[in-house]
Amino acid sequence: MNNAQKYWQANIRLVIGCLLVWFFVSFGCGILFVNQLNAFHLGGYQLGFWFAQQGSIYIFVALIFFYAWRMNQLDRKFNVEEA
Amino acid sequence: MTDLMITTYIVVGATFALYLYIALVTRAKNTGEFYVAGKGIHPVLNGMATGADWMSAASFISMAGMLAMGGYDASAYLMGWTGGYCLLAMLLAPYLRKYGKFTVPEFIGDRFYSQTARLVAIVCLIIASLTYVIGQMKGIGVAFSRFMEIPFETGLFIGMGIVFVYAVLGGMKGVTYTQIAQYVVLIFAYTVPAVFISLQLTGNPIPQLGLGSTLSSGDGIYLLDKLDKIVVDLGFNAYTAQKGSTLNIFLLTMSLMIGTAGLPHVITRFFTVPKVKDARSSAGWALVFIAILYTTAPSVGAMARLNLTNTIQTGEVGSPEGNLSFDARPQWMHNWEKTGLLGFDDKNGDGKIQYYSDNGLSAAEADLATARKEGGNVAAAQAKVDEASAKHAESKFASFGWKGNEVTKVDNDIMVLANPEIAKLPNWVIALVAAGGIAAALSTAAGLLLAISSSISHDLLKGMIAKGINDKTELLAGRIAMAFAIIVAGYLGLNPPGFAAQVVALAFGLAASSIFPAIMMGIFVKRMNSAGAICGMLAGLGSTLLYIFWYKGFMFIPSTAMAPDNAANWLLGISPGSFGAVGALLNFVVAFTVSSFTKAPPEHIQHLVEDIRVPMGAGAAQNH
Repeated sequence: MNNAQKYWQANIRLVIGCLLVWFFVSFGCGILFVNQLNAFHLGGYQLGFWFAQQGSIYIFVALIFFYAWRMNQLDRKFNVEEA
Repeated sequence: MTDLMITTYIVVGATFALYLYIALVTRAKNTGEFYVAGKGIHPVLNGMATGADWMSAASFISMAGMLAMGGYDASAYLMGWTGGYCLLAMLLAPYLRKYGKFTVPEFIGDRFYSQTARLVAIVCLIIASLTYVIGQMKGIGVAFSRFMEIPFETGLFIGMGIVFVYAVLGGMKGVTYTQIAQYVVLIFAYTVPAVFISLQLTGNPIPQLGLGSTLSSGDGIYLLDKLDKIVVDLGFNAYTAQKGSTLNIFLLTMSLMIGTAGLPHVITRFFTVPKVKDARSSAGWALVFIAILYTTAPSVGAMARLNLTNTIQTGEVGSPEGNLSFDARPQWMHNWEKTGLLGFDDKNGDGKIQYYSDNGLSAAEADLATARKEGGNVAAAQAKVDEASAKHAESKFASFGWKGNEVTKVDNDIMVLANPEIAKLPNWVIALVAAGGIAAALSTAAGLLLAISSSISHDLLKGMIAKGINDKTELLAGRIAMAFAIIVAGYLGLNPPGFAAQVVALAFGLAASSIFPAIMMGIFVKRMNSAGAICGMLAGLGSTLLYIFWYKGFMFIPSTAMAPDNAANWLLGISPGSFGAVGALLNFVVAFTVSSFTKAPPEHIQHLVEDIRVPMGAGAAQNH
């Protein structure tokens, strides 16, 4: 396997990991398990409701910056950065 | 002229002067600057412009109203319209930036080495963008007519003129810098009233925290608990409880996410940054700026619902003194009644207003009135009214002497616009909200018009019809196409087809079921060939169109609908607006099946795919 293929594989692994989190916080916590999570509270918010209307959005933002940071690392590691 | 109107004219006029000034300073000199701003926009600024581009009149005006009335179920819009940016950042944006051309159809046409694929993409793009822009034009007209008390048409013409000057002159470069200014105006206009209202209700100035806090008036009761209790007392579903089916909420969220990532005017924004790594972070910055509004909206919605309910239900439910009297209703109610977006009817003649859920009685009565007026099936409508009123007679509300919900009309869209008036905020805040709503509509309209004009001049004209034209001719063609698109959008805004509200589902359905899967497979599946991609796009597009038309009528002509548009008739309870995700799935399945039986793409295409996967070697703007 050449360098570009290894880089691509590392990229795919990272994307899959990030998308699992993406799915878990929105479709998981915000929709599929919302009623179970609503038994817990975060201040005046029921937890599932908080994930659906607040939490998932904050995590989306963090996730994109994490992805961008890790990709920049991978670009350097595999020496495929732009000039 | 009232003080409020003078303030509004000053604030809105000042923002317009700013937009025009920016357009003059930053006007485009070549096609690179016209289509993609010369790829020199800093990622943070590009993120801000993307935010303004993305947040339309629907986000600014309608979303909080949908939350106020829908409660938990409207979360699908919050998650759907933000989660799509994760898909965009990780699956599309960096690779399209590496590819380094101007438009979405250009990528699809080159990657699938097929003019047919390019044409399908152009058609999807134009339909999706044009249907979207009609709503913006209408929003501009409404905002003008409400706040500056000029006719709807005049407001629309002023809006068209402003967009014309800065989009035609400035192209992407001018539009981008104007959108940065518009973002500042709209976010300020959205958050200032929210901060005031949160402070009034909970003592916490941060709306996101205020929504999870205790009420400053009550004895330590949480705002959301209080809201749940009061709406349940009035017969509505609890605000935080789920009403629709889980499957439908799931698919609606998924459709909106994929659709967001597939909307061409959003994708194009990521062609404007200097480097591949900037495309990744720029999506993050865009979402930061969008999240500021989207995390504030739930507070605005819930607090508006609480304020509205408390204004009408002033005391104990059922006690004669517990309701607002008709003659004492505040000025903002009078103002909105004039627009027809808010309506009352004292059904039991007690001089008070009762706002509660009468379990469909009012809706049945309204249907009966329509049937009488338009010669429908009166007997069937009468039977429904009898059934509903028999049910109502057994409810606790009948024993209070109530005879049906007396708030006969409350339009979702008034929630954000009336909010500062409900909370009795100063005039400059109300004027600011008007300027913010107009900024949101203008910025989105400009982005969409740019996407339409570039696909006409660059893809259709230069790419397919007149291949030999030079840069200067193409730029002129782009400007003419833009002017033409503004006139068409303005005309449709003045004479909105009856389906203006439903077409949003269509725009997202098309983007989700055709554009997103095609681009994604083009990047991630090296083996995908032209036959697979074209069949996939047609399958996604066709199934989604068929499903929407089945319930909404073919070409949205209601009489041609094949089945009534309600949950009982939907396939597995999937609403037409949620079908885009299913269409996308069909697209993937068909594309993989067809491509596995047909020839692999040629060598040079496989090299192209390998090339866009690594950032190294991305150049500046290329023009064939």
